[in-house]
Amino acid sequence: MYDSGKVIIGVLVFLALLLFPVWYNLASGEATTQGPELAKPVKGEACVLETAYMRSNHMDLLDDWRERVVRNGERIFAAPDGQHFEMSLTNTCLDCHADKEKFCDECHTFMAVDPYCWDCHIVPETPTRQEVTYVN
Amino acid sequence: MSIDRRKFMKVSGLTALALAGGKGINVLAQEDSTSVAAPKTGSFETPLTAKRWAMVCDLSKCREKEGCDVCIKACHERHNVPDFGNPKDEIKWIWKEHFEHAFHGQEHEYITDEIRHTNVPLLCNHCDNPPCTRVCPTEATWKRESDGIVMMDWHRCIGCRYCVVACPYGSRSFNWRDPRPHIEKIDESFPTRTRGVVEKCTFCEERLAKGLLPACVEACPAKALAFGDLEDPESEVRALLREHFTIRRRPELGTAPEIFYIV
Repeated sequence: MYDSGKVIIGVLVFLALLLFPVWYNLASGEATTQGPELAKPVKGEACVLETAYMRSNHMDLLDDWRERVVRNGERIFAAPDGQHFEMSLTNTCLDCHADKEKFCDECHTFMAVDPYCWDCHIVPETPTRQEVTYVN
Repeated sequence: MSIDRRKFMKVSGLTALALAGGKGINVLAQEDSTSVAAPKTGSFETPLTAKRWAMVCDLSKCREKEGCDVCIKACHERHNVPDFGNPKDEIKWIWKEHFEHAFHGQEHEYITDEIRHTNVPLLCNHCDNPPCTRVCPTEATWKRESDGIVMMDWHRCIGCRYCVVACPYGSRSFNWRDPRPHIEKIDESFPTRTRGVVEKCTFCEERLAKGLLPACVEACPAKALAFGDLEDPESEVRALLREHFTIRRRPELGTAPEIFYIV
């Protein structure tokens, strides 16, 4: 190969530039090869379904809940372990996973996804709420 | 299992004590409710169900207190309805309108001033034959088969506003702007809407599921709003419909509105 030294250096420089985002982020410590550290729930023994399933498929469950609550008028989710839950993002999920920033956002940011659940659904300021009613 | 005299006396004594105690607490609670709202939480185990929900509004009771807007406040606070402070952008689930505007064509120049100046509470009529649901291209609004409530799925609404045009009662409002900064006090247990979504009264289906009456019905100080099952001859609404002559808004359109008004 003619000019092999130049070509090899050129290829290496090209690869270094191509992979710049990867090594830069690794070197600067902004990204790690580890997943994000998520906040522990403030209460509750077990999640509605297994943690492993929830980690990868919670969006499917939420979509199913949406369908069942809004369109079918069902409200209660019977978990396989016998527990019953209100199918509600704000009132059930965020009741235990109270710190949305350190739970939902942490992972969504890591995965570079931007769900718009909270455009409408409210992140409660206090972990436990009571329904408000009105006096006569 | 047999029970001896001693045991019987013990149990009956305790029961009497408990009943007396319970009554005492009730009296306290009643006194309390005049000043502070006693939170009613409801339970999903005791939902309110019907074959056909309907409402009867007694205008003679409604006009007792002039300028009363308790039902509007109760509803709008409960459902995070924004106030843009601008009639063009107004979002309304329940609102009040002059009699001659609410019942256009059913008034004439000789009706009493009392009736003419009645501010009629208006809300989604939950029509038996709703024109709004027929035009929705995404099925974001539909009449629920189980109880006739005209529902909204805000997830699905694409903001085309066909339903706003189709509704002859002006019951549907469109969020031209992000509503969240314009909500005075957010009720965390109920979602807000976003820009580009249509909203309206849902007969408080989320409260019915917990066994609670609609917020407006519960809040009305004059008990002018009655809510019940139209298919149940024993219900309060049917009793009122039997006893009084009632009118509906624009019945000639064939939408079969399910809000009845006693003039």
